[in-house]
Amino acid sequence: MSATAEAHLASLARPDAPPAIVMDKVNKWFGSLHVLRDVTLNVGNGERVVICGPSGSGKSTLIRCINRLEQHQEGRIIVEGNELTDDLRSLDAIRREVGMVFQSFNLFPHLTILENCTLAPIWVRKTPKAEAEALAMSYLERVKIPEQAKKYPGQLSGGQQQRVAIARALCMQPKIMLFDEPTSALDPEMIKEVLDTMVGLADSGMTMVCVTHEMGFARQVADRVVFMDRGEIVESGTPTEMFETPKTDRLRLFLSQILRGH
Amino acid sequence: MSDITAGPVPTPTASRRAPISTTGPWAWARANLFSGWASTAVTLLLAYFIITWALGFIDWAFVNAIWSVPNNQTQACRDLKGVGACWAVITEKHRFILFGTYPYEEQWRPLLVCLLFIGLYIVSAMRRFWRAELGLIWIVTLAVIGVLMWGGVLSMSFVPQERWGGLPITLILSTFGIAFAFPLSILVALGRRSKMPAIKMICIVYVELIRGVPLISLLFMASVMFPLFLPDGMNIDKLLRAQVAIILFAAAYLAEVVRAGLQALPKGQYEAADAMGLSYWQKTGLIVLPQALRTVIPPLVNTFIGFFKDTSLVLIIGIFDLLTAGKTAIVEPAWQGFGVEVYIFIALIYFCFCFAMSRYSQSLEATLNNRRR
Ligand SMILES: Nc1ncnc2c1ncn2[C@@H]1O[C@H](COP(=O)(O)OP(=O)(O)OP(=O)(O)O)[C@@H](O)[C@H]1O
Ligand SMILES: [Mg+2]
Repeated sequence: MSATAEAHLASLARPDAPPAIVMDKVNKWFGSLHVLRDVTLNVGNGERVVICGPSGSGKSTLIRCINRLEQHQEGRIIVEGNELTDDLRSLDAIRREVGMVFQSFNLFPHLTILENCTLAPIWVRKTPKAEAEALAMSYLERVKIPEQAKKYPGQLSGGQQQRVAIARALCMQPKIMLFDEPTSALDPEMIKEVLDTMVGLADSGMTMVCVTHEMGFARQVADRVVFMDRGEIVESGTPTEMFETPKTDRLRLFLSQILRGH
Repeated sequence: MSDITAGPVPTPTASRRAPISTTGPWAWARANLFSGWASTAVTLLLAYFIITWALGFIDWAFVNAIWSVPNNQTQACRDLKGVGACWAVITEKHRFILFGTYPYEEQWRPLLVCLLFIGLYIVSAMRRFWRAELGLIWIVTLAVIGVLMWGGVLSMSFVPQERWGGLPITLILSTFGIAFAFPLSILVALGRRSKMPAIKMICIVYVELIRGVPLISLLFMASVMFPLFLPDGMNIDKLLRAQVAIILFAAAYLAEVVRAGLQALPKGQYEAADAMGLSYWQKTGLIVLPQALRTVIPPLVNTFIGFFKDTSLVLIIGIFDLLTAGKTAIVEPAWQGFGVEVYIFIALIYFCFCFAMSRYSQSLEATLNNRRR
């Protein structure tokens, strides 16, 4: 196992590897509410996909199905060659390869920043403590907050907390990173610092699936933008195609609302 | 705020006298005790009652009190006719109250046991001892306590459990009670939130059954009914049966307190732990419980304090705890009628333990929570 952030990120470039995520006709219901309808989405290795769409369209549900925080009821999801089933062992394998960053950070308030970052490597990957700490520090340096390592999450600003959350997910040395509206809970002046971190990560070749309405970010890093509405993937394409020449009315309407909001 | 420089320079306001002091004892008293005629009247009235009562108590407890009498001659005490306390009953009977019918010459053993318990509490309370070794310290200390109480080895005479009594019994019942009930309650609380229906059902039935029954009837069942179900010749120690009843009872209540803490934890914490691939027990032990238990320290300690005192209910099945020993001490004709003194003495002992628990919980809460959010 590589022991630094750089070594880990350098190992990510595997152009001939199979697709990172395969979703085939995935359906999901909450009770009688049909939240995902025949969603088919392939994410290639090192690909960066931005998912956008109106509130309640099922973006979070989709991304949470990828690491089985939600269970799909129909269709198949294959992550890094492992199919998501009720089998707990394959689930463990998948969660080790997939890092997730939440809208509300979800740092553990009773642990220091460093402990937040070393917890999973020590307990899940069984990395020796000293090695896990060195790795955590190298990621904290990457997200530019090594000096906060001994503090508790409650003592940090929102932007700093979210950067710690990114570092924490990276410490598991995942092959895929999921982001669910990572900047929505942040004040405007902190959004940039988090987006910069994510751009840095994208440049290093990480496979990323990111729910966000930050169109600037999408233009800058996304290989593909996926537009969801009412549980369906309505349209997808490169950022330029999607934003310059939207094909569907629903996307056009959505873009006009987004632009008005900004 | 910062843009005053942009506007015209403000004219300086005329200086004023400083407002009347709002701090210091006099200002405080004026604001809180004498803020109007009604408040003044209430303050004076209460002060009158408190002072009269305190003076009366000091007269009774100290000035007119008799501290000892020669060989059980309580006539001097009776002549006081209640104007002074007869602390002689404590001087005379304190060893019986504290250690019950434990053989007199051997009472250094229960005394040592009480000191060991207190030492154990103090060590466990200090954060720097919160390590895996603490479990070992507990096991060793409890084993030593068992050896001291029973004896029969190391040239200590054997003392059957029927002769144990007083404070050690109270400490044994409450310490073992909480030491076993607390982990059990955590399991039950987790079980009640389990996704497995059978486990969930068992935990719900357990909690509801036990909560629906008074402790006294559980103790009765443990002491009277339980032996009926055992095969002939097999007998489980009476103290052990009462102990089991107390553990089961305490665990049901504690489980509900713990469950409240589990429910207060935001869903995002569970999700973050899941997303990292932590197993159920890792998630529970590293993320969920440390936070959930912290939030419920006050009600937890409240329940602990309640159970410490509830152990006195074992008197109804004839176990000689501190309170029972106190009651028995004044059965003797010479000492009849001095219950108040004995109960004050016992109350003081209970108070010391309960107050220590309460203060400790407050400081623990403060140190554990001062860096959160
Ligand atoms: N646990 C749940 N139980 C029942 N319904 C749910 C649950 N989670 C989400 N939903 C519903 O599923 C639908 C899709 O929710 P989802 O959170 O995926 O939307 P979203 O696109 O992420 O929206 P937003 O932009 O507001 O985050 C919504 O109608 C929501 O009310
Ligand atoms: Mg969402």
